Formats: sequence, structure tokens, C-alpha cells
Amino acid sequence: MTEHGSYLPPAGESAGDGALLEPFEVFRQEKEGDAMRHGGSVMAPDGELAVHYAREMYGRRQESIRLWVVRRSDIRELDDPDLLQPPLDRSFKKPGGYVMRDKLAAARERSGQEKPSGGRPRSAPPPTRKSHEG
Amino acid sequence: MTDPISLEPILSSRERGRLLFNEDLPHDGRYAAFEEHILAGGKIEAGDWMPDEYRQGVLRFVEMHANSELMGVLPEREWILRAPTLRRKLALTAKVQDEVGHAQLLYRVAEDLGKSRGQMIEDLLAGKTKFHNVFHYPTRSWADVGVIAWLVDAAAIVAQQALRDSSYAPYARTMRKICWEESVHIMHGRDVVVTMVNGTQAQRDMVQEALDRWWGPLMQMHGPRSDRARDRDIYWRIKAKTSEELRQEFLSIYVPRVWELGLTLPDPELRRDREDGVWHYSEPDWQELRTVVTNHGPRSQERLAFRRENWADTAWVRAIVLGARGAAA
Repeated sequence: MTEHGSYLPPAGESAGDGALLEPFEVFRQEKEGDAMRHGGSVMAPDGELAVHYAREMYGRRQESIRLWVVRRSDIRELDDPDLLQPPLDRSFKKPGGYVMRDKLAAARERSGQEKPSGGRPRSAPPPTRKSHEG
Repeated sequence: MTDPISLEPILSSRERGRLLFNEDLPHDGRYAAFEEHILAGGKIEAGDWMPDEYRQGVLRFVEMHANSELMGVLPEREWILRAPTLRRKLALTAKVQDEVGHAQLLYRVAEDLGKSRGQMIEDLLAGKTKFHNVFHYPTRSWADVGVIAWLVDAAAIVAQQALRDSSYAPYARTMRKICWEESVHIMHGRDVVVTMVNGTQAQRDMVQEALDRWWGPLMQMHGPRSDRARDRDIYWRIKAKTSEELRQEFLSIYVPRVWELGLTLPDPELRRDREDGVWHYSEPDWQELRTVVTNHGPRSQERLAFRRENWADTAWVRAIVLGARGAAA
């Protein structure tokens, strides 16, 4: 899916010494419970040395508790906007797609209720109810 | 309120621009789309299509930066064995290791733009590419270690912070990591200087003498004033600020911090305008800057010779590393 460009350049493009080395991408976890985040990359001839380099570059200051070292050529990238950012409104899939302010105001007015104070929903119904039919 | 089946595109114009320059357009169309994307504040990733001018611009900029990190450790390295306490020795060793690490990170960014690390080192050693002026000078006392780590790194970080928003995203991300590490160096350097000014008169004099020597190169470090409109690196948003903007920022933050220690700076013209806040200073010696960065500085050849020797001495390590791949294949 790289016809749209890519986060990653083609692996093994380098000339000279680079022909025998290849890039490995490094992901790091900063503290327990965090997601693994991309840190950067190292060049190495194999996975074992890549791990050593990654430790030097991304774990020397106790800034990581875990590293993932992944051969760049093993990464499958999908960045096709037709699949990931289709040009259609997807707001119905998101909380922000439901804007009820005006409708709520209308509903309150119809039921004769005040707007709850503090912005938090009430845990119990109002003490007295007016009949809509009344 | 939006209609859920509306066909109105939700991609911003920036994102749509990104698609355009990667698609199969003729070169001029791609170039125009790329330019529009950059000028709108868009980011470029290593695998994106980019015009040669942009690729060369980023490569040249990052390579010079990487070279400076690599050469920059040599003046400080001379002081590891002469550090006054174990803690200072550990800090200085760690700083040297950090700077070489920054060179590694930056060469990695440059490699992805198509030039191999081996070639970049060869060009540096052959004098075909440059490194920053401040790393061509000798170090004369322990106070130099403090002044370099505090003020040279401070001048560098002012420039580097402005690069965290570079249009070339892999560089911007690397700069965020580097700035975080550099901030430790500045604290270390300032601590060395503050400790010495609280010491004996001889220690105080030593700091003042080092500051007097380094001030000229520090004022030259960001380069002569340039025309923002004609600076291609600014046009492509590889960098954000002109040399004079960086120098003003450096002066605003650090001159007051030097003065508060009772130290002086060797420039009678140095003052901040009360009205507009602009710093005035004597014109830096631009001829000295040109002489120094073309490897005619007081220690240029010595430092390059050290690197050449080191490059030859470590050839066997590279051969083994590359051999490991050959044997496995």
C-alpha cells in the first residue's frame, strides 16, 4: 500500500556498508501499563546486534522498561486513505457525533424541568413529577 | 448536525494534499502538491515522495548536525581523565556517550534519505562536509568543560528546540529525544560553572578566562544574519528560525544568567534595548567563522586526524559486524 507514500522508506535502500546492514524499528514502553511507542530505528546486520544497539540508543537512561526491536522489512504498513480515512461522514461512530443541546433544552421545556446544576446527571428522578397530560 | 450518509469529504485539505503528491502525477503536479502540503504546515515521512531539492536540503542539514555531534565530543573527551571528582567524571563520560549517541540517531535519519553512514564519515574525514565552528577550538582548563556544556549546549539547544517542528517528521521526532537529553548537559555545565564561581579566586578567574575565550565563537555559532525570504531551509520548513532569531533568543536567556554570577562578557556593546528588547552586540568576526568551518581552525586538522585514526583503528569492528551478516546469509 505504499503508492500513497509511507512512514517508512524502503528497507535496504542504502548503498555501501548499508547493503549488509538493515534497519530495525525500535518501540519502547516507558512505564508499566503504557503502550509501546515508536522510538526510532537502528541499523544492524542481525536481530541480536539490533537489540544491543537499541538498548544503547533507547534504554541507557532508565527511560524504558521494555523494548521491541522489529525488522523494518517485516512491518506491514497500511496507510491507504480510501480504507482508513474514507471520505464519508463517520460521525455516527463517535460520541461527538451526537449533539443534543438544543433537543435537551426542548425536552426540558416540554417537561417543565430545570437544567440540572453542576453539569452532572442526577442520580434520582426529580421529587415531584408533573403530568404531561395535566 | 451532519447527515450520516453525506458525501461531503471529511479529509482536511492538508490530508488531501498529502494524497496528491504521492499519487501518479506528472513531476510538476507532484511538486506543486508537495509545496502546498509543506506551506500549509504538513509533515513529510521518510517514505513519502519528495523533490530532490527538499531531500538534499534535509540531508545536508542533518548530516552537518550529525557531524557536529560526532566531532563535538573531542574537545570534552580530553577532560575525562582530568575530571576533578568521580561524579564529574561520570557525568562527563555520560555526556560524551550521549553526543556520540546523537550522532548515531542523526546519521540514521540521514541514511534513510539515501546516503550511507560510511559515505558520510568518509566525506567528513576528507573535509568535504562541515561541522560546527565551536568544535574547532582547543580546551585549556576545566572551566572550558563547564562553559562548553552550559553555553555551547545552550546555544545548540535553542536551535534544536526550533527543529522539533521541522517539516521532516523523522528529524523532528529525533530532535525531541535529543533536546530532552541535552537539557541534562546544560544543567551539568551550569553546575560546574556555579561551583567554580563559588570557589577560590583562582577558580573564578579560570571561569572568566574561559568565558572570554568562548564568547567570540559562541556569537558566531548561529551564523551571519540572513534574509528569511531567501532561506530555502526556512521556505521548506526544515528549520523555523533565522540565525539572528536564534542568537537573540540565546542572548535573552543566557546573558542574564551569566551576569547574575558576577561574570562579565567581553563585549562593551552588549546590552538589551529597553524599548524593543533587542540585544545589541559588536559585529561577530565572520571571517573567523568562515576560516574555522572550512577546517582552518586552531584544532581542525588535529581533530580530523584523530577521527581518521579512530576510523582506521575500528575498521576490524565494522568488518566483524558486516561479516556476521555475510556468514549468516
